[in-house]
Amino acid sequence: MGTSYTPPTNPDWWREPIERTEMVWIVLSFTWCVFMFGWMIGWHWIGNQNMSNETYKTTPEAFSQKVADMQAKYTVRKDEATGEDVVAPPPGSDVYLAGMMWQWRPILEFQKGKTYRLHMSSLDVGHGFSLQPENINFQVYPGYEQVLNLTPNKTGIFSIACGEYCGGGDTMGHHTMLGRIYVKE
Amino acid sequence: MSTTTMSEYRVDPVSGLKINRTANTLVKWNAFAAVVFLLVGGLFGLGVALTRMPSVQLLSPEIFYMALTAHGLVNLAVWIIFFEMAVLYFLGAHVLGNRLATPRWAWTQFWLMLVGAAMVAVAVLGGNSSVMMTSYVPLTAEPHFYLGLILFAVGALIGCFVFLGTLVIAKREKTYSGSLPLVVFGGVTATIIAVFTIVSGALILIPTFLWSVGLIEHIDPMMYRVVWWGFGHSSQQINVVTHISIWYLISSLVFGAKPMSEKVSRGAFLLYILFLQLGSAHHLLSDPGLTSAWKIFNTSYMIYLAVLASMIHGLTVPGSIEVAQRKKGLDTGLFTWLRKAPWGNPIFSGMFLSLVGFGFIGGITGVVMSVEQINMIIHNTMYLPGHFHGTLVVGTTMAFMAVTYWLIPVVFQRKIALAGMAKWQPYVFSLGAWVFSIALMGAGTMGVQRRHADITFAGQPLAYQYPEIAKGLMDIGEIFGVIMSVGAVMFIVIVLASIFTGERIAEDSAPWPKVEDADVTFEKTGKKHIGIWGMEAPGTFVLAMILFATIILYYFINFKYLSTVWGMS
Repeated sequence: MGTSYTPPTNPDWWREPIERTEMVWIVLSFTWCVFMFGWMIGWHWIGNQNMSNETYKTTPEAFSQKVADMQAKYTVRKDEATGEDVVAPPPGSDVYLAGMMWQWRPILEFQKGKTYRLHMSSLDVGHGFSLQPENINFQVYPGYEQVLNLTPNKTGIFSIACGEYCGGGDTMGHHTMLGRIYVKE
Repeated sequence: MSTTTMSEYRVDPVSGLKINRTANTLVKWNAFAAVVFLLVGGLFGLGVALTRMPSVQLLSPEIFYMALTAHGLVNLAVWIIFFEMAVLYFLGAHVLGNRLATPRWAWTQFWLMLVGAAMVAVAVLGGNSSVMMTSYVPLTAEPHFYLGLILFAVGALIGCFVFLGTLVIAKREKTYSGSLPLVVFGGVTATIIAVFTIVSGALILIPTFLWSVGLIEHIDPMMYRVVWWGFGHSSQQINVVTHISIWYLISSLVFGAKPMSEKVSRGAFLLYILFLQLGSAHHLLSDPGLTSAWKIFNTSYMIYLAVLASMIHGLTVPGSIEVAQRKKGLDTGLFTWLRKAPWGNPIFSGMFLSLVGFGFIGGITGVVMSVEQINMIIHNTMYLPGHFHGTLVVGTTMAFMAVTYWLIPVVFQRKIALAGMAKWQPYVFSLGAWVFSIALMGAGTMGVQRRHADITFAGQPLAYQYPEIAKGLMDIGEIFGVIMSVGAVMFIVIVLASIFTGERIAEDSAPWPKVEDADVTFEKTGKKHIGIWGMEAPGTFVLAMILFATIILYYFINFKYLSTVWGMS
């Protein structure tokens, strides 16, 4: 007797035994839950793709200065598409990438298999670092400088799109925000 | 209707519900407002869909961002929360045979929410508040954008307290005895989560409003996100709890089923109260400044205990239907109970499509994408809209539509007009919503970013071309988005036709045919056991195992894909 919209017919419902279908399912589900929890922790040791926990407070002014310094030091050539500087910092060094309405700058060049300390921050509103076609995505904010140890494992031309809506209108905006990373052997 | 000696209550002859007239008026108005907003939000959604088709691109970017802001706010917040107010009043008053506490405050809830929604609408349509529903600072909207949201939220908070007050009255006036019915227990769960949600919203939107008028100088963008998602994500948890309660309700209404175990179902709701809120961390997984330990603890809802709760409901709801069907004589084979279910009844078909779709589309993807590391290859891509249409549209909205078909005769005392169309509506809507969700998730897996007015980067010197297949998936997805809109319009037409022109149902006549309690039928058969393998619901168990296998497979496919991308640490 009973329904889900009337009070339980057995006032002592707390002591009713659990039927087998439910019991087996609960045990299986809980086992999977514990596994997933453990796997997520374990990937920090067995996996090569993990979030960095390194973040600093910064300001748009301080960060643009770091970008400019790096650019002055390591510019190697002009980009064919835009005529802008292409910056190739040495492997292992600190690399600064700024998101702003509506571009990612500077254009970078990396070497395959080498690790770079990529610092990301925004000069205005929130943006999303979205590396294509790898499809690696991070949030980037003004005032926060996140450091990610990045190791390209393929060569080619990689684009950075914006993953966080950052305003704009018909000619320019969130949907036109781009940057580029070249990876060579 | 008689106008002379109208008593305060009428009794629904089928369900036996004692319906308070004042409460009923409030249920009606909130449900009606909800459906009107579904139409408004749906039209903006259609505009979004037609723009996201790379081969159509209907709206200019400026209009697109405005439409997307409006679509998100109206469909995610306004339609759903108005409907939830109707559901809470229905649960507290009608289900408990009770009157509503302070109807005047309930009207305040209604008008505040309406005025708030209107203010937000004016701000958004004015064109200077295209900040998306998330309104991340330092993007700025007009002050009345934030103020409207605050009024809307305060209205909803009042509704929650009216519901809680209504429960106090029911208890004091002994309108029921023993424990609360399961669906009301679900309503309490939703309300507790709602209070948490709305307080989070106030904590961040009030300072943001003051910032927009110049009284506060700076709002930290990270802090904004941490607190805002206590509102943004938790509001979606209210939906989950509400639509699960509706699944339980419909199982009883259509099949005369009872919960397989009160203890298990209530325990699962309790897990929601304790752990579901932690899920707001899902949105912060790729953010700077938060540690992995914090992310892992929260994103897993402390060892996935809220996921466990959803997996439990996902089994017990169809399980209770199977048990009822078997007790009523369909006790052969594994799936006879399901094959012989009333698939032409939109109350059942809508509810079951919501259940299966929510589990397989919204549920599995939600668990996988919220893994700390997997999130990096999914975060803010088109996968996100794909996923949450798989929960909110495929799950919540479909469930709300299904229960509306039952409510119209009971609450509005009108027969469902256009019954032939109603029979097809859940299938059209679900077909659209399912394929839409899956196609968008496919495009997101290939990198297509969300909230882009133009995914081709036309005219940009550094333009990137997404794979052709990703663009094709966007076209297919949005075509099915249009089919989903057709399904939604069918629903709205049926509802409006029914409540305005549907055949009136006299006060003492039955709105629905009587459904016999499955246990009563079972007693008459004289049988002692049902099911096979010592299980009362073996068919449901097999379906659950298919879900289980799918999630394991999908989980590792994503890790395989993750392991091929650039190294990160």
